[in-house]
Amino acid sequence: MTANADPATAPLIELSHVSKWFGNFQALKDVSLTVQTGERIVICGPSGSGKSTLIRCINRLEEHQAGTIRVNGVELTHNLKRIDEVRRDVGMVFQQFNLFPHLTVLENCTLAPIWVRKMPKAAAEKAAMEYLDRVHIADQAKKYPGQLSGGQQQRAAIARSLCMTPKIMLFDEPTSALDPEMIAEVLEVMVDLAEGGMTMICVTHEMAFARKVADCIIFMADGEIVERAPPSAFFENPREERTKKFLSQILEH
Amino acid sequence: MARTSTVSAKPPRGAGPIAWMRDNLFSSPFNTALTLAALGLLWITVPPFINWAFINAVWSGETRDVCMAPETGACWAYIAARFDQIVYGFYEKAERWRADAVFIIGAIGIFWLATPGLRAKRAIGAFMLIAYPVISYVLLSGGLFGLDVVPSAKWGGLLLTLIVAVTGIVASLPLGILLALGRRSKLPVVRILCIGFIEFVRGVPLITILFMASNLLPLFLPEGLVFDKLLRALVAVALFSAAYMAEVVRGGLQAVPQGQYEAAASLGLGYWRMMGLIILPQALKTVMPSIVNTFIGLFKDTSLVSIIGFSDLLGIIQKGNADPEWSTPVTATTGYLFAAAIFWAFCFSMSRYSAWLERNVAGGKAGAGKT
Repeated sequence: MTANADPATAPLIELSHVSKWFGNFQALKDVSLTVQTGERIVICGPSGSGKSTLIRCINRLEEHQAGTIRVNGVELTHNLKRIDEVRRDVGMVFQQFNLFPHLTVLENCTLAPIWVRKMPKAAAEKAAMEYLDRVHIADQAKKYPGQLSGGQQQRAAIARSLCMTPKIMLFDEPTSALDPEMIAEVLEVMVDLAEGGMTMICVTHEMAFARKVADCIIFMADGEIVERAPPSAFFENPREERTKKFLSQILEH
Repeated sequence: MARTSTVSAKPPRGAGPIAWMRDNLFSSPFNTALTLAALGLLWITVPPFINWAFINAVWSGETRDVCMAPETGACWAYIAARFDQIVYGFYEKAERWRADAVFIIGAIGIFWLATPGLRAKRAIGAFMLIAYPVISYVLLSGGLFGLDVVPSAKWGGLLLTLIVAVTGIVASLPLGILLALGRRSKLPVVRILCIGFIEFVRGVPLITILFMASNLLPLFLPEGLVFDKLLRALVAVALFSAAYMAEVVRGGLQAVPQGQYEAAASLGLGYWRMMGLIILPQALKTVMPSIVNTFIGLFKDTSLVSIIGFSDLLGIIQKGNADPEWSTPVTATTGYLFAAAIFWAFCFSMSRYSAWLERNVAGGKAGAGKT
């Protein structure tokens, strides 16, 4: 379709001059961003800065209104079929977990592989149990989400996404709804995932996590990318005034 | 009440029937007055009713004379004499085994589907939805396999009531779901059509729609294209209840959190799988009481087909009430009481079943799962 469709060198995600409005409010202002295969990116910024909107545009839970977004070589347009294809390769983890309450944890994990990837049930369950084991909740597989703690639910949600063997994982404030004592168990799983080479974009305020795994940190404010830097430079030597202010607020406590 | 002085882990509470009555029936002067008023009301209504319906009732007899004595209670002899008609209408006596077969297959099928733990639900469900209506139609109307033709005008009684009610119930849920989805569709044409249909049907009484189906439709349609009158009534009932069902289902769809839609979408499920696997199971569970409420309303509304000339359960009893052969002072009252009892038995069963289902369906809302 276009020149940069060569999969070997093309970025996995490419946003170019993306803008998005909610009514008259401009949530994203001319955002451009490329993510290479295997890159781990952390997005932070004050609330209302457009971080969530940005990653929700990547699997088109939000529609952008200007600019282009390509994911895995496919441009996101109104073509619903292609969007579903993109979504199958892009896992998403939500702040509120969004597990399916009427299905067991195992069924949550096998639903999409069985119905979308057409995997045989037995194979899907075997794979799901492996992922559940990887997030340390294999023993909860037969329970319903309502019977699990928040941290367990979020790990189940991560396993659910992994069952689709995604090329990209998006995390939308995955620890913000958790009680403090449960944050570590979720972050541990995310670190494990990052070290396994998964391409990840995480919206989070967990700066220790960012420092540990991120290849680069993006600071957003008012719908714009203010600063993009590797963790060391970002924390030790932020260039922008707004970044410095944000960091001083968030790292104080 | 002996109560030990040790500190109990549970809040102190009286036990035994007397303590219960003191706590619940006579806890305050107002509560006591209410209790006494209710007891008084029961005293002046229940014993006379029991006298009339059971103690002074006439249970057997061949003619109306047995019920002619003054002070006679309910004339159950009349119901016994007309029982076949109440069940089958004017269906030929020699052919009633066909209606029985339809009843029995239906009862077994419903029992099978409604009882948890029985296997092959999917196969039985498919059979009941696809094969059973066809089998029932062929059995009841005949004309094939050497069965004599029995025109639908002769079907009646409980048989007809169940045909109309079950058709309405079975057709209204899927139609209602489609209408509800259509009403929330992003496609303007689909949305406007669905809103138009729902709002039109909801704004018109069922009886009007039945009249239109039975009297008006034949005027519009070319000769020869007029369907069987019963079929028209069935379609009318199904469409009517579908509109109500659509609004019930829409309420359920709105109750499903946005995050569920997003999670399903983010897995690439696509619209129909998202709806069928994620959204509708939750939405329908939420509104199960309202769905059953609509079913119950529909079951009772079927009695309106008697106004367009069908002899359903109520219609056949009304006809019997007017029959001089059994004309007694208590015939009509007995007939109506019997009709009420049958309607109540069916509707109460539905209500109990749904209550049981609500308690026992797996999963449930966050934190309310089975342990």
